[in-house]
Amino acid sequence: MVEKLFVVKNETGLHARPASLFVQKAAKYKSTIKVKKDGKEANAKSIISVLSLGASFGSEITIIADGPDAEEAVAGLVELLDNLEE
Amino acid sequence: MKGIIASPGVAIAKAFVLAHPEVVIDEKLVAAQDVEKEVEKFREAVAKTEDQLNGIIAITEERLSAKEADVFRAHLMMLADPMFEEAVLDKIQNSNFNAGKAVSEATAEVAAMLASLDDEYLKERAADIKDVGGRVLDNVLGIVRTSLSDLNEPVVVFANDLTPSDTATMNLDYVKGFATDIGGRTSHTSILARIIGIPAIVGTGDITSRVNHGDLVVLDAIDCDVIVNPTEDQKKVYDGKYEAFMERKRELDKIKFMPAETLDGHHVEVVANIASPNDVKGALENGAEGCGLFRTEFLYMNRPDLPSEEEQFEAYKSVVAGMDGKPVVIRTLDIGGDKAAESIQFPPEMNPFLGWRAIRMYFDRLDIIKPQMRALLRAGVYGKLHVMFPMVISAEEIYKMKDIIEECKAELRAEGVEFDENLSIGIMVETPAAALNAHLLAEIVEFFSIGTNDLTQYVLAVDRGNEMIADLYQPLHPAVIRAMKMVIDASHGAGKWSGVCGETAGDEKGALVLLGLGLDEFSMSAGSIPAVKNMIRKANYAEVKKGIEECLTMYTTEEVNAKLDQMLKDILG
Repeated sequence: MVEKLFVVKNETGLHARPASLFVQKAAKYKSTIKVKKDGKEANAKSIISVLSLGASFGSEITIIADGPDAEEAVAGLVELLDNLEE
Repeated sequence: MKGIIASPGVAIAKAFVLAHPEVVIDEKLVAAQDVEKEVEKFREAVAKTEDQLNGIIAITEERLSAKEADVFRAHLMMLADPMFEEAVLDKIQNSNFNAGKAVSEATAEVAAMLASLDDEYLKERAADIKDVGGRVLDNVLGIVRTSLSDLNEPVVVFANDLTPSDTATMNLDYVKGFATDIGGRTSHTSILARIIGIPAIVGTGDITSRVNHGDLVVLDAIDCDVIVNPTEDQKKVYDGKYEAFMERKRELDKIKFMPAETLDGHHVEVVANIASPNDVKGALENGAEGCGLFRTEFLYMNRPDLPSEEEQFEAYKSVVAGMDGKPVVIRTLDIGGDKAAESIQFPPEMNPFLGWRAIRMYFDRLDIIKPQMRALLRAGVYGKLHVMFPMVISAEEIYKMKDIIEECKAELRAEGVEFDENLSIGIMVETPAAALNAHLLAEIVEFFSIGTNDLTQYVLAVDRGNEMIADLYQPLHPAVIRAMKMVIDASHGAGKWSGVCGETAGDEKGALVLLGLGLDEFSMSAGSIPAVKNMIRKANYAEVKKGIEECLTMYTTEEVNAKLDQMLKDILG
């Protein structure tokens, strides 16, 4: 299991287009991927789940992946979040 | 009439009352052997919905833009969402619901979950999931929805609510406006109406019960009214109103991107006030020639921690670069007074407006101002950046800030980080002290930006928020005009420039005064730019100057306003 902490730094937070991009990318990996915030857990491959997490600008989230490509999954998703344009 | 004007304008056409056919859910449970069939029905309905959404995306991209189609791509994602699918399958397989009942309840559950979250954006996503789920349900039950894209004559559409699908596939040639029972200014439909440019009124309560399909109606989205079956006289009045509105709109659209130059060749800069990088697009679309005020408070509000230098740098850079060479004036943190932030411990004060705020706070909190200055210095490389400090009252403050800036420059130099060596430094002039000594301060900064809102309060000693004396707050009081004149003259005397970023610049009368006082830069909310540019382009600078000189001899605000009203009438007709 691989996990990484990330502070949401784009202004709209994990909403709208960023959330879509995030979920689309997560869907490409084989591992199960979860996003945790304040003890609440969301399925990273479910847009509804991720949206309802309410990860706004400045919130701390943990990306947790479990499976054959867990390392790539976490790295890939963190890179996506890091490079979000506003 | 009760209602919110979502998009202004006037439309006169036949009423098309949109009704979504009633969906009747069969409550009957299914036998175990039929469960698989229901799952099949669900999957087929999903496939059909996917096709329909793809079709809508194609039409939307053609009629509007790829960006407007994003909401339907989001619908596609929701359609494929494992959470939604699991909820439906669970109900069919474990509770023996028929496909229709399963989809209906799963949709309601997910929508309720989103609507219960304390977030405006998420509440609107609840509407999205209802739209998608509704579509799947229609397909399960074999219901065909009436589509506004099949219209063949001009209509004003009335509905309880208009889903994103409804508004995006509207046949724009025939839909002249709409009115809904529910909805607010920031719902999907309101935003789209403004983008498409169709008049719309939302939140009317029960307009659909007051209009019949086929009635001739007037949709007055200027004064918020709907007239059913107007008389000939009424029709004439509204035709006139419509013409006047369209004429003005055409005029403003034409001059939006033209320079703000008077008839006798006096040119000024008209720029936008913005509060975050998201505002840049709207500013440019409205003809902004730059940013006269980029407020940085958004980086510090609603969070328990301070923004890092990196975070700030990204935000400033995105605006400086986004304005593509046009000047950007960024104001350093203006917090305290009535604007508090969790991340900074403000002591309780008897009089926060006159207290430890803005620039006064910086010298006690170098940990706040230095990262901001470093980020600004670094962002300055990407375009034309000016930085200004709020609430300045003395030269000492400016000298101290310059020392801090030199310190930051030295640090960045030693770290080998690129920055703007010649960052332009100016100040907000919003205190009487700064106004009275503007002639001295003009020697030690590059520019002034007059904060007319606060300046008016301090000069008149009036609390704008106090209802009892609210009408004493007069931005065009003779004393306030005199103060602004002092500041503008002082800047010109030292070969520097002055701008105004308060409300006075965005108001036609206020802008008129400022024009006559020789102001160089007018900064306002993006939506006000076209009207102000329009006024300037129709004015004669020499005449306006004379008129304002006359105002400066007047004793009362009433006389000043009367003179300005007359001047505006002469200019705009």
